[in-house]
Parts: sequence; structure tokens; C-alpha cells
Amino acid sequence: MQTMVVESPVNYLNVRHSVASWLLTTDHKRIGLMYGIFVTIAFMVGGIFGTMIRLELTTPQGDLMAADTYNRMFTMHGVTMVFFVLIPAVPAILGNFVMPLMIGAKDVAFPKLNLLSWYIFVTGFIFTLTAMILGGVDTGWTFYTPYSSQGSESNVLITGIGVFITGFSSILTGLNFMVTIHRMRAPGMTWFRLPLFIWALYSTSLVMVLGTPVIAITLLMLVLERGLHLGIFDPRLGGDPVLFQHLFWFYSHPAVYIMILPPMGVISEVIACFSRKSVFGYSFVAFSSLAIAVFGFLVWAHHLFVAGISPYSALIFSFLSFAVSIPSAVKTFNWTATLYKGAIWWKTPMMFALGFLGLFVIGGLTGLFLASLGLDIYLTDTYFVVAHFHYIMVGGAIMGYFAGLHYWWPKMTGRMYNDSLGKFAALLIFVGFNLTFGPQFILGYLGMPRRYHMYPPEFQVLNVLSSAGASILAVGYVLPAMYFLYSLKWGAKAGANPWKATGLEWTTQSPPLPENFAETPVVTEGAYAYSKREMKVA
Amino acid sequence: MLSELPLFPEQASSLAPEIDNLYFGVLAITSFFALVVVIFVVYFAVKYRDYTGDKVGAPVTGSMPLELGWSLIPFFISMGMFVWASIVFFHIIRAPDQTLEIYSTGKQWMWRFQHIDGQREINELHVPVGRPVKVIFTSEDVLHDLFIPAFRVKADAIPGRYSAIWFTATKTGEYHLFCAEYCGTQHSGMIGTVFVMEPDDYQAWLGGGGATAGGGTMVQRGEQLFTQLACVTCHLPDGSGRGPSLVGVFGSMVTLDNGTTLTADESYLRESIMNSQAKTVAGYQQLMPTFQGLVNEDGIASLIEYIKSLQPGAARVASAQAAP
Repeated sequence: MQTMVVESPVNYLNVRHSVASWLLTTDHKRIGLMYGIFVTIAFMVGGIFGTMIRLELTTPQGDLMAADTYNRMFTMHGVTMVFFVLIPAVPAILGNFVMPLMIGAKDVAFPKLNLLSWYIFVTGFIFTLTAMILGGVDTGWTFYTPYSSQGSESNVLITGIGVFITGFSSILTGLNFMVTIHRMRAPGMTWFRLPLFIWALYSTSLVMVLGTPVIAITLLMLVLERGLHLGIFDPRLGGDPVLFQHLFWFYSHPAVYIMILPPMGVISEVIACFSRKSVFGYSFVAFSSLAIAVFGFLVWAHHLFVAGISPYSALIFSFLSFAVSIPSAVKTFNWTATLYKGAIWWKTPMMFALGFLGLFVIGGLTGLFLASLGLDIYLTDTYFVVAHFHYIMVGGAIMGYFAGLHYWWPKMTGRMYNDSLGKFAALLIFVGFNLTFGPQFILGYLGMPRRYHMYPPEFQVLNVLSSAGASILAVGYVLPAMYFLYSLKWGAKAGANPWKATGLEWTTQSPPLPENFAETPVVTEGAYAYSKREMKVA
Repeated sequence: MLSELPLFPEQASSLAPEIDNLYFGVLAITSFFALVVVIFVVYFAVKYRDYTGDKVGAPVTGSMPLELGWSLIPFFISMGMFVWASIVFFHIIRAPDQTLEIYSTGKQWMWRFQHIDGQREINELHVPVGRPVKVIFTSEDVLHDLFIPAFRVKADAIPGRYSAIWFTATKTGEYHLFCAEYCGTQHSGMIGTVFVMEPDDYQAWLGGGGATAGGGTMVQRGEQLFTQLACVTCHLPDGSGRGPSLVGVFGSMVTLDNGTTLTADESYLRESIMNSQAKTVAGYQQLMPTFQGLVNEDGIASLIEYIKSLQPGAARVASAQAAP
């Protein structure tokens, strides 16, 4: 793997230049980048909504915007971030780009279907953006009935249709990835030689294919209920409003694992590379991904402990929620053990990965408070929950995405970014994040409910702290955008393997050839065979 | 300064210390694990730092005893938390037998409360200290959630069915009452105050300004509705009418025409009034019309209180008296 790569002047970026060559491309790498553009737009849009929320909450009165506007802000923040950032970020951008490279394939199994997935994603995004431009939606991203089906006067229909459409993008991507991982592995790339990112993507794909149809059906029922008053969720027509919550969370809890499993895979890659070691307990990390994907389907009703479900079913869902925490704990311990006796190279991707560990540990462990029945009754629907899921989704998923983006950026663009600025951004994000969401745990235990436009004055100091943290966080997110753009033109040439990493994606040139490899690679060793290298052991 | 930066909520119910102990227990366990991971990560990252990027790590690839240890030990600890939290949960949801019952209805964007003796209030709730209180509530429109942080209690208000919270207030004072389930534009304005009073003050309040003139107690209002809506023509007390007798029905086991049995609680009575087609008592025909739209939530609560008052001991239905 240490052989010199013969550089070809042709790569996937410069092979063709026309706009049509991008819009009609079937190259997984180009499609990954095209997702990247829309996810970045969505991240900025969602970030602006989040900023507005934090600005409004600096004072107890509702003085910056009207209550109705505030409600639309947090709804659109949630819808944009969940469906158009967190779910696609790692699988659709990084997964699309590196997965075929990592398994030694020329492309995914169904390249045209891959392009179709992107068009479906963009169509759904345009629908949702249209709903926002027309005035937005105010139901909360959870669309709970009967408010969404009868009460709300906002653009529920268009938003619902937008999210419904986007779901098909997930389903097709999941299908494509599963077939690709089964059928397209290079000679010698056995299942247990696969990088752990591939195991994570495979597990995620399972959830996408099995779970997403349920949210599609649920949103369709909501659209029909709202348009035609069918009486599925309306108690006056014999319907059940709580049924919506069961259906919604049957998808949306597994969706949390769609958001966090791929970043977990990224963390395995980055920690292995920058510790110069095989991931400790490879098969335990691999199978814990599958366990999370399977058990993730069995915990949805822990969102309903105060919604009038039977106390005995609450017991079962509480038990299963504790159980699903174990595979995540196993991963965390294995990552920690991977560092032991490593040769730890402090580069930007590793700083993001270590930040991920710190934030994910807090996010995961606070989940145990909410799995505890006796505490969840008090904590649910308060800021404790808001803090918890931001630690998982932003502290976990977005940190993981940034780790991966900084890790594979040289491969994608052929250029290096400024490493010191990168580390500084990781530090800013870590500090800003904790300052933003740490105080919200205390606010939650004090009893501040979520989705509140105004709040009693005794909560102000903690809210101001949180908003101050958000301004640091915002700088932390803008900084990478600047040094990444700068690197495109002025960054140093990366070469094939700037991190001296193992893995097939580093054996081809950066940016890669249009068809990835000059000749099909043959795999003879496990994913992280650092110790076989002829280098000095630390 | 400290008053401006509260870090811990007031404990004002008999349940609050139990929930707070659980909170500190879980906090201690999770903090321990968080510290262990963070300390090891930082220690390893510093101790094994390599500035060159040219070295490789030691060939350590795994350890079965470690894997088993850090799977099983956390699992058993989490099971301990599960059992502890579940015990607390059953204390939260199981109200004691003798409670002071108060009915409530959530609607966009206010809470209405109705006391057994007929007092009504909006966004204010007066309760005596030291006595178990059960609030039985529903929603008139969308989902709401009745949440009193100082008591550590919370439950969703769901249209079409009843929920309940119970608490024994331990400290007089004024406490926040929030809507905790997002319910539309003025969600954050759907807040109120719980007034916990000494029993004597509470009695004075019941007899004074809180009482609504002319309305009578809930049982009296329910009795009036029972006649107005002509329930009385079918539900004869001796069981000879077209509908079953309602004397003693509350809390009893009812057998339905499909053979299943259930306990007649508030939700069952409510459903039988509003959606009378849903369940039919064995031995009776499905003749009852629905009263959807003919009686409001306060009226249904009064009807239910009246039905509760119909006990076999009372000689005649029409003379059933309020027995608070």
C-alpha cells in the first residue's frame, strides 16, 4: 500500500466541464459533491433559523418576533436540519464519495438510480423550501396530530409532501448501498476486511430501507387526513391522535440511528488512522452497528411515556431503551481502547473525532435519564430533551461529519486545508457547543418546557449563556467554510495519501480517476494493517 | 444573584424527593462513566502523541475479557437503573385511594379547572397542602400537557380521553403550571399558577370568592344534565329501562356484548357518552345516540361525577346528594 501512485492528469473533476456533465453524471463522486452543495445550503438555512431561536430566547419576553413566527422558526429549523442535513450528510455525501473507493469498486451498483436519488432529494428540498417561502410551517418537526391535521393554518401539506418525496431518496440510496456492498467488493475484500465505515453504512441502509416507508405512509395519512378529513387521527370521527405518534416514531427513532451510525463509522476510520492502529475489537464494533440498527426499531414508544400508553408497555420500552445503549457504550469503550499504545497524530480530523467522543458520551449517557421511566415523566418535553438530542445529533452526528469531511477533503479535492485553522475550528465548535447546550440540561431539570417563545424570568441567565455559546458555535461553523474554499485554489497538493492511512481509497490518486482505480485492486489484509508497515513502532 | 441563577427546582410534593434522588443516582452513575472515558481519552491522546505521523501503534487488536466486561457490567448497572426508575414510575402513576378530585380541560390556550363543589377557575389551581389531589383532565382541541415542575408531575391532555396526575403538595406557596406539549401559536402563554394553601385557607377559598354563584356542585350540575339530555328516560335506576342502570356502575366490572370485560372508569364513561356506538353492554341493544356536540367537556365531567355519586346505598337516584 506504500507504493507510489502514478498520477494521471485526468481525474473525475476535470474529465468533463459542462454543466450537463454534472447534471447527468452517474459518477458516485460527483453525486456525492452535488449532495454536498444542497446539504450545505440546508445547513445554512437551518442554522439561520436556529440563530433566530437563540436570539429570541435571550430575553424572557417575546420581543424579537411574534409567537407565530417563533413557532415557524423552530419547526423549520427542525425540518431542515433533520431531513435535509442530518439524514443525508454522512451517507449521501461522504458515503457516496468514499464507499465505492473503500471497497475497491468503480461505482455503486446502480449509478443511474444513484443520480435519480439525488434528483428526488432536490425535488423534496424544493417543495420544502417553497413551503418556507410561502410562510413556513408551525407544527414542530414532529407534525403531531390533531394540531397538524386540524389546528394549524400553516403550509403543512407542502412540507409534508416535500418530506414524503425526500424519503424515497433515502430508500433508493439505502438499497443501492446494500447491493453495492454485497456485490461490488474487490477481490479479497471479505466482510471482515471491510472498513468499519462500510459496516456502519450497511447497517444504516437497512434502517433506511425498512424504516423510511413507514414515515412515507404516515405523512401520506396526515396529508389525506388534513385534506379529506378521513378520521384516522381525529377522535371526533373515531380516530386516535396518539396513533400518529406511534407511526411517526416508528420511523423517527430509527432515523436517529440513520443520523448517528454513519458518523460512528467515520470515527472508527479517523481514530484508526490517526492512532496508527487497528480499531480495538473490530468485530464488536462492526456487530454493534448491526445491533443498533435492529434494536433501534424496538424503542419508539419511549417518546410516548406521558402520552397515555399502558404502563406495562412503558416498562418494556424502557427496558429496551436501556438495552440499546449497550452497543453504543461498547463502541465508545473500543474507540478509547484503540488509542492505547497508539502513535497519535494530532491532525484536524482527529481533533474532531476526539471532540465527538466527548460530546457523544454526554449525549448518550443523558439518554439513560430519559430511558428511566421515573425521570422521563418529569424530563420529557423540557429543555433536558432538547439538550440531549442536540448532543447526539450535533455533538455526535455533525462532529462526525466534520471529522469525515476533514479526513476525506484531500481525497475529494486533491488539496490540503490549513491544519491549524482546522484545529482551531474544532476547538471553537467543542467549546461553543458545550456552552450552548450544557445550560439547557439545567434549564430542563428546572422545568423549562421546550418550544416556548416566552418563559418565566428566572430562566434568563441560563438562556443568555446558551445564546452566547451559540455565537461561538456559529463562528466555529463558518471558519471551515472559509479555509475549505481557500484550499480549493491555494491549498497545497495533497497527493494520494496525505494521512499515510491504510484503506483502498488512499491507494488511488487525489482527486481520484473517473473510474476510481487504474486497475482493480486486490485485497490481502484487514482494514487497518498499520502494524504490518515497515515503520518504527512508537 | 443566586435567585437569578437557579440550578435546582423547588421540591413541593411528596413525589419530588423520590424523583430527585433517582436523578442524583443516575447523575452519579453516568458522571462516573463519562469521567472514565474522558480521562482515558485525554490521557492516551497526550501520552501516546506522535508529532511525526511516521510511527505506528502497538499491535493491540482486542481482548475478549475486556469486551465482555464492558458489555456486561454496564448492562447490569443499567438494569439496576431500570428497576429503580420503574418503581418510582409506578409511584408517579398510581394515585392513592382517597384523593381530592379536580377536573380540568385544556384548550387553546388556557386551562379550566372545575372543583367537585362547583368552583371553577382558569389558569389558576387552588389546592390544600398535605392532601392527595388527583387532577383528571382532557383536551377540547389539540394535544396539551399539564406540567407542574415543583411537583415533578406531567401528563398529556389528549382529546377524546382522560389523563390524570396526582400529587400531595408539601409546601404552601405559588408554583408554575405549564403546558408542556406544543399546541399552537400561544403555547408558551398557556401557563398558570398553582396555589398551595393551608387546609383552613383552602376551605375559606372554597366557600368564598372561588365559588361560582348559581351553578351548584358538579353532582348537581350533572344531575340537571342527566335530566335535560333525557339520559334518565332510559337509564332507570332499577335496571328496567332500555339502557343499563348506572347505580354503582363506576369502578365496577362491565361485561360487553362481545364477551370482554372492562372496569368502568372515567374514560369508559366518557366514551360511552360521546361515542356510544363504540361499546355495548351485554344484554342491551345499541340504541343510544351519540352526544357529541350536545354537551361540552365541563358538562361531561359533571355527568361523570353524578354517575360516580350513584351508589347502591342511595335510595332514589333523584335524591342523590353530593358527598364530597
